[in-house]
Amino acid sequence: MPAQLPDNRRFYQKRFMPMLCLRLIPLLLALAVPATALANPYERPLANGLRVIVKEDRRAPTVAHMVWYRAGSMDEKSGTTGVAHVLEHMMFKGTPSAGPGEFSRRVAAAGGRDNAFTSRDYTAYFQQVPKHKLSEMMQLEADRMRHLTLDPEEFAQEIRVVMEERRLRTDDQPQSLLFEQLTATAYQAHPYRVPIIGWMSDLENMTVKDARAWYESWYVPNNAYVVVVGDVDHNAVFELAEQHYGTLPARPLPARKPQDEPPQTGMRRLAVKAPAELPVVMMAYKVPVIRDVERDVDPYALEMLSAVLDGHEAARFSKHLVRQQRLAVEVTASYDSTTRGPGTFYLYGSPSEGKTRAELEAGLRAELADVQRQGVAADELARAKAQLIASQIYKLDSMFAQAMEIGQFESVGIPHTQSQRVIEKLQAVTAEQVQAVASKYFRDENLTVAELEPQPLPSTPRARSSFAPRH
Amino acid sequence: MNPFKLLVYLCLVLVAPLSHGGPKIESWQAQSGARVFFVENHSLPILDVQVDFAAGTAQEAPGKAGVAQLTRALLDLGAAGMDETEIASRMADLGAKLSGGVDMDRASISLRTLSMGDKRGPAVDLLRVILRSPQFPAPVFAREQARSVAAIKEALTRPDTIASRAFWSAMYPAHAYGRHATPESVRALTRTDVLAFHAANYTAASATVTIIGDLSRTDAQAVAEDLTGGLAPGVPLVGLAVPELPPAGEQRIAHPAAQAHLLLGLPALKRGDPDFFPLVVGNYALGGGGFVSRLMKEVREKRGLAYSVNSYFQPLAQLGPFQIGMQTKKAQANDALQVTREILANFLAQGPSESEMQAAKQNLIGSFPLRLDSNRKLLDNVSMIGFYGLPLDYLDRYPESIEQVTLADIRAAFARHVRPEHLVTVVVAGE
Repeated sequence: MPAQLPDNRRFYQKRFMPMLCLRLIPLLLALAVPATALANPYERPLANGLRVIVKEDRRAPTVAHMVWYRAGSMDEKSGTTGVAHVLEHMMFKGTPSAGPGEFSRRVAAAGGRDNAFTSRDYTAYFQQVPKHKLSEMMQLEADRMRHLTLDPEEFAQEIRVVMEERRLRTDDQPQSLLFEQLTATAYQAHPYRVPIIGWMSDLENMTVKDARAWYESWYVPNNAYVVVVGDVDHNAVFELAEQHYGTLPARPLPARKPQDEPPQTGMRRLAVKAPAELPVVMMAYKVPVIRDVERDVDPYALEMLSAVLDGHEAARFSKHLVRQQRLAVEVTASYDSTTRGPGTFYLYGSPSEGKTRAELEAGLRAELADVQRQGVAADELARAKAQLIASQIYKLDSMFAQAMEIGQFESVGIPHTQSQRVIEKLQAVTAEQVQAVASKYFRDENLTVAELEPQPLPSTPRARSSFAPRH
Repeated sequence: MNPFKLLVYLCLVLVAPLSHGGPKIESWQAQSGARVFFVENHSLPILDVQVDFAAGTAQEAPGKAGVAQLTRALLDLGAAGMDETEIASRMADLGAKLSGGVDMDRASISLRTLSMGDKRGPAVDLLRVILRSPQFPAPVFAREQARSVAAIKEALTRPDTIASRAFWSAMYPAHAYGRHATPESVRALTRTDVLAFHAANYTAASATVTIIGDLSRTDAQAVAEDLTGGLAPGVPLVGLAVPELPPAGEQRIAHPAAQAHLLLGLPALKRGDPDFFPLVVGNYALGGGGFVSRLMKEVREKRGLAYSVNSYFQPLAQLGPFQIGMQTKKAQANDALQVTREILANFLAQGPSESEMQAAKQNLIGSFPLRLDSNRKLLDNVSMIGFYGLPLDYLDRYPESIEQVTLADIRAAFARHVRPEHLVTVVVAGE
């Protein structure tokens, strides 16, 4: 039902893709593991450093083909924020052998669907096609991995499209603005402070040279991997990959500086005013993410805590804050344990009519305090784990989702072969561990709070001219 | 066969040598009178069940706008002595998920569960009691009513919502499709309204059940009997009124947004209309084919006027809209509108070119396997076929129905369904 959720967008895309949920999906729901043969997925590195990962799924005669580059907005420099995403758009603007628009035309002619997305951590391109079109898709992707034209006139048009995208998805979306400001306040040294779409001023001043510098730096086979899921034979796919991608030369990559965020030592608070009706409170706590699948404990416990708070309709947030106390019309907990940069645990919601932002914030804090003092019940944790198991199987219904999962693990340096271990570690989380992470990380000095202060529209929206006949 | 047809045929064979048709859909009527549609598929241990009722917003009485949404929202929030927390907790314990929603024609409730007996049985039982004995508890009604009002008030600050509402009202000035829930209309609803709406519309006569997945036909029959056995029989619904086509016109609404939202369209197409296929092929060339469509090429690729621009037909039980939509920064709104009108006028006068039509067919036929490559997609397709009473071989015949479309068919179909004298335009934040 109601209420739009705050928009913790995970990535920007070439075009709207309604099938992808744009909320920040808790990892818990985004994880799944093959129940099939151990060898599946299969992997083979090419001599130039490109890795090819193939998962056979023969339920339907289709295939998902993805190329992932380990370069996202966190690799950008000041003054050219948004260039990762701009380059993603330019990747559809042609090579000497496939001119502007030709890429999309050929995918469409193949009966395919394609898109691309840019996140803080990576940039990825995909096509879903009938299986016999895989070779052609590889040929197209390999071509633009090396031979992108980057025509100045095409750039001049496309940068305007990207500015329209920023207006559409950030400037005119109060909750996106709030999230952008929250992130820019919570992070000051680490590049996660920067919005993926880029600051408008940087977009206005971007040149085709900036896009070319980005392309030359990061679009090399040794910074990429290919994920194929579908009705294919893995050996045949490896051969195709060798044929199309194998000839591309490797190049050294720029040094990546860690740009670690210094410890936060006090609560930060900010407000955003924008035309809206409902106030919003967003709280961001700094927390760890998975760096060592075997040794880490806390990120798994935080995932399970997120599920206990907001994993289903009867979870604590919905039950307590929306239904029993009627403090909120909507409230969400969100955490992603697989990111290249630092981790953040978000809580956000909108107060009910007659309730204030302060009351909702107090309600959210009370929920955290309750976990800190009382812990979580055995049945709550069991419920979260039951959902985890089921979600692994449901994931198998979508080739695209399976390819996304492999790609996202790999993007943060977790080998896809360890995905089963991640699930096992999640299953092994205890109630004590959940209580411990709540106490350890949900502290004020670790917190940034952002509030949306709704502003009335200048006038009640009304037809300026009455409905006027034309012609 | 003339040489050109042969060429097209060969081309299609190359594109789609699979020529495997749609899924095998079994269909029968349950004892209750509900119609059942079933696709057996054991490749994953998953069962999907969806029950659709003709209980969309079009069934709301004037003055009761919002009752369809509220009824559906409350359906699984209390049943057979279980409160909302107990129902949701049990579902979560099973790893099962309930979803659904309401549009103009339909109210849907869907269950996804693992198919193992110890999961499937209890999950289907829960769905049965939700369908059979929803209780619409008064305190839950009051809360959901308040949440609904809050959500509508928030949505009414958004330029896209304002544009969409004005657009539908302009297309359907005197028809149920043009009515909208407002804070006032929802506040005026009572629990009695919800009970009455449920009793009148959530009946076996108005229900279709779609079952996809890891289940035998015998078990599917039992599930359908179980789920619909307790529904009131109901009477077949009187069909919706045919909407009158509106006069052409343009409406401009002020808003402080950075971007203008533009919508152009008219009531155009019913489900089951044989013109569906020529319109789909033609629209692919006009604005439905993403980056290969005229609107995207002219508005975005050549002029950089918008991030998103498209056109589509939304066939409904009665004439559903054809619409073109885009957003562009305020100062460009008039340019974008003019370009769009020129593209549309030109398309209506000339139709697509031969090569545009071939590209459209190639994609629509070639991508056919992608429409059916998961249980979720099967569920969406089969429930639509069932609810709207389309032929069971609709999916089998889809590729050939597309293939048979000619340029003359497209021009004639657009001339019948998209008449400029009825085209309404709404611009929000275009000042």
